Amino acid sequence: MKVDPEKSEGLPGIKYFISEKTDLFFLTLYNVHKFIIRFFKVAFSPPFEFKEIINQCYQVGYRSLGLISLTGFITGFVFTKQSRPSLSTFGASSWLPSLISIAIIRALAPLVTALIAAGKVGSNMGAELGSMKVTEQIDAMEVSATNPFKFLVSTRILATTLMLPVLVTYTGFVGMMGSYLNVHQNEQTSITAFFKSAFSTITFLDIFSSLLKSVVYGFTIGVAGCYQGYNAQNGTQGVGRAANMAVVLAMFMIFIEEMLIVQVINEFR
Amino acid sequence: MDINDVIISIKNLKKSFGTLSVLNGIDIEIEKGENIAVLGRSGSGKSVLIKIISGLLKPDSGTVKVLGREVDKISDAELQKLRLKIGFSFQSSALYDSMSVKQNLEFPLVRNLRNLSRKEVNAAIEEVLSDVGLSQTINQMPSELSGGQKKRIGIARTLILKPEIMLYDEPTSGLDPITSIEINKLIVQVREQYNTTAIIITHDLVCAKETADRVAMLLDGKFLMQGSFEEVFNTDNENVRTFYDYNFINAK
Repeated sequence: MKVDPEKSEGLPGIKYFISEKTDLFFLTLYNVHKFIIRFFKVAFSPPFEFKEIINQCYQVGYRSLGLISLTGFITGFVFTKQSRPSLSTFGASSWLPSLISIAIIRALAPLVTALIAAGKVGSNMGAELGSMKVTEQIDAMEVSATNPFKFLVSTRILATTLMLPVLVTYTGFVGMMGSYLNVHQNEQTSITAFFKSAFSTITFLDIFSSLLKSVVYGFTIGVAGCYQGYNAQNGTQGVGRAANMAVVLAMFMIFIEEMLIVQVINEFR
Repeated sequence: MDINDVIISIKNLKKSFGTLSVLNGIDIEIEKGENIAVLGRSGSGKSVLIKIISGLLKPDSGTVKVLGREVDKISDAELQKLRLKIGFSFQSSALYDSMSVKQNLEFPLVRNLRNLSRKEVNAAIEEVLSDVGLSQTINQMPSELSGGQKKRIGIARTLILKPEIMLYDEPTSGLDPITSIEINKLIVQVREQYNTTAIIITHDLVCAKETADRVAMLLDGKFLMQGSFEEVFNTDNENVRTFYDYNFINAK
């Protein structure tokens, strides 16, 4: 334990265990952990905010559809186009639908959707809750004997957790349609033959892992956005920082979770 | 004085933020039905005092009893119950900007009195809007309201739960003199109509004079003086005189 404040970074007179940044990192981890426990305690105890959960599902789901449709379609189309030359070299273009379906369902759909949602939904939550915090709206809810955590945080985390699997399924479908367009342009394959070939290699485990990832990513995006917004400080600068940190934290966690989930799922393959 | 008449009792209250000591031994008792104005310089801890009373902040030491309950010692559920009896009017009004005036008003009501019918909720909303003289704004968004209207709606939102205690944080700050007079009248009207006990945090001596029975001057984390407006300002203390002279310079 470092006890000499003179040698420590940061504010004079404050003692740090290791250094200001390291202490802050572990303190944030601890606070996020407490935030998640509070979510589970609050979210599943009555009374429930059903109306607000539906409203947040609409905000998260419907409002992300346009961007996700475009990126999903382009991802499928471009990935197919880029993969064709490599497979053609071995005369294996007919394997394209299988390859693409594995790539999209196992990896691309959950990851692309989560990253887009982190940028669009996570930053929105960080900024919205952050501005409510700095303008004392959250305090106003608290002193009016209501539970702002239940109304603002639980509903948003539930909405992202529920809607990400739906969005990932949609992205998978749109991505496959993008891929089909490219395959049809080149090989004049029918849609039935394309999907028959695509799904011939897909297993229950692939779909399960994709949905599992999407639930975990959705939860992560909700927690990151709400945690940063709910704890925003220092006026408008704090709101900007909360929005930015919500995206950074969510993306950082999503990549780590991706790696961990893939390792675990591959043990069962 | 009957002990039951004391609604808020604060003894040796201390609060610091890091190395900055804000409240340094506050003692005060507020009786039922009394309006007290707390005056002091910016950053002197006036708002911190009412945030501690409402349980938004925890004191470092000392006792804060509101309606006989120690706010920092009771459970969350008990604090929620106590807060039903405390109305807090924020300096910034703190209206929920994604909700209309009607939704702002019904937000605390429908979550605390769940057995009310839609008709009763609407009647309560109309009643408080009429009390603050803003019935026409029911469907407007907070962004469409003026500063004075926001303050009134903020007060209406607290009144809808029929509180016993009102905490006003700078009710007239940022308002023109005419609107400030209207807010002062509203504070007096609220006291008469809802039988509230109130703490009014302000820099505005006109507001203090018009709305409060007693004035408390906060300096260096302690109450320097307490008493009627005349008692407090009939002094040679330089800080208190500066407050008076600045506010009433044109009246001299």
